[in-house]
Amino acid sequence: MKRKAHTVLETRGLSMHFGGVHAVDRVDFTLRENELRCLIGPNGAGKSTFFKCLTGQLNPTAGDVVIRDVHVAGREPHEVASLGVGIKTQVPNVFDGLTVEENIWTAARRWHNAKRAQTLTSDAIERLKLGDIRSTLVGNLAHGQRQWVELGMVIAAEPWLVLLDEPTAGMTHEETARTADLIREINHSATIIVVEHDMQFVRSISQHVTLFHEGAIMMEGTMEEISSDPRAREVYLGSKA
Amino acid sequence: MRELREMKATWIIAVFGILFTLAGPSVLELFTIITLAQVIGLSILALSLALVWGFGGILCFGQTAFFGLGAYAYVIAAINFGGSSWAILVAMLVAAAFAAILGYFVFYGRVSDVYLAVITLTVTLILYSLIRRTSGPEYKIGNALLGGFNGISAPPLNYPWDASAFLFPEQVFYVAMLALIIAYVFCSWLVRTHFGRVCVAIRENEDRAELLAYDTRLYKLGIFTVGAAIAGLGGIFFCIGVSRVTPDVFSLPQSALTIIWVIVGGRGTLIGPILATFALYYLTSALGSQSVLNTNLVLGTILIIFVLGVPKGVVPAISDLMQSRRGRKALRARERRLQRRRPSSTHNATTTEGAE
Repeated sequence: MKRKAHTVLETRGLSMHFGGVHAVDRVDFTLRENELRCLIGPNGAGKSTFFKCLTGQLNPTAGDVVIRDVHVAGREPHEVASLGVGIKTQVPNVFDGLTVEENIWTAARRWHNAKRAQTLTSDAIERLKLGDIRSTLVGNLAHGQRQWVELGMVIAAEPWLVLLDEPTAGMTHEETARTADLIREINHSATIIVVEHDMQFVRSISQHVTLFHEGAIMMEGTMEEISSDPRAREVYLGSKA
Repeated sequence: MRELREMKATWIIAVFGILFTLAGPSVLELFTIITLAQVIGLSILALSLALVWGFGGILCFGQTAFFGLGAYAYVIAAINFGGSSWAILVAMLVAAAFAAILGYFVFYGRVSDVYLAVITLTVTLILYSLIRRTSGPEYKIGNALLGGFNGISAPPLNYPWDASAFLFPEQVFYVAMLALIIAYVFCSWLVRTHFGRVCVAIRENEDRAELLAYDTRLYKLGIFTVGAAIAGLGGIFFCIGVSRVTPDVFSLPQSALTIIWVIVGGRGTLIGPILATFALYYLTSALGSQSVLNTNLVLGTILIIFVLGVPKGVVPAISDLMQSRRGRKALRARERRLQRRRPSSTHNATTTEGAE
């Protein structure tokens, strides 16, 4: 009973079809509070499409997404985000013409008054060590730094549920390690879903992993369980691990 | 009010505006003062587009629709009320209400940028054709005959709630300048508020703003409607300045000119388009009094030069220049300090090299 009460995100029969392509096909997925879940799978497995159905960026063909008892399938992204969900998309999605500080402030101010937003912005800048570039236009930053700014925007809004699509894409080893630390830190106060390619990164952060294959969930379990499963190794890990 | 403290540049410009207002009638000829009212009206129109396009990122090609509606609403209301005081309010409300309805369909229908420009332009041209066909006694609103392509003569401004006491041209000039300065300070304040900052964020990246839980449709509709009310205010002073309102306020050249003012003055600034309006207006009148060069040819050339050579517009280009100069100066000063502190270190040589 306790486990059921703690389910914060659930999909039932979620499907997303593009013409004849079944990018996501009848996926039932459950996420419990304070979990840190990684979604993995080969290219074209449907992870990112699934992710976009959760965030409202795509309107699923069939099925439902329930976040804390609210049916969100087919809702606008801002309605999903309004539930207190922090979202980071695959490509750095930032306000290029604004400074680092303004970017993060815009995220924090949505939820808090001006004074508190300023405090949260400063905190996020400090946590991410963006102090030196706080007044730089984000459009002038390197790829990795832009990723950090976007993470800062997610943190500053203090979400209870965080959805991250490939947060380490284009990052150096060192930056990836820092991102892993940061995600573990966020996990103290929030439930997290991470879509990720980098196996080492997934191993370093996640207790529980969901493997996507051909638009469906192939298996769920710890990274050890998945890497020891011959079928899973064949579809995904075979070439890499 | 953190926003008000951040507006140092705005207050300085406002003070210059007030000085110009006070000095104007004693320096300029009466004829200039009279024509200035219409130029001020046009510059308020440019200001409204600077807000909607420059900060809201909404390329409204038909900002003149709201400008013209404001002018017509003012004239019709002033004739019917027998005074200008309430008519000013009515004019702004009509422009805003029309924009709110049009904007609702455009923004909630998720019409993309290019189509928005086409739709707004089309709406202006529809109004142009529509009003042109209203000659004849059967087309009237209350006591005001619409007058087709001849338009309606505009009642002058009067003292607040005293319809028999008309304002003199100098006083009209004061009121128009006051309206311009207030509108400018208001816009400058608005873009620094939470609302304004979100609008700028939406201009930069609408998807991101949505993912931060902002309903971008509502914000765009908001700034579009506010911009329309300001355009309507401009329409009032324009028609008072020319003492008539004709369908030409909705014409294609007028729409295009408004865009040109904003491009030349600089998107992303508020004062740039205002100054560009004054400058280009007087350039146009100067060109009109000679017969060597075609006015539109010159305006077209100016536009091409700006789009290719100064794409950000005059004011942003100047402030960029000043900033990079200041930046270089600060860098040189730092270099000198470093050199004094470490006269013989090898590191010193590399930093100097790097800076050059």
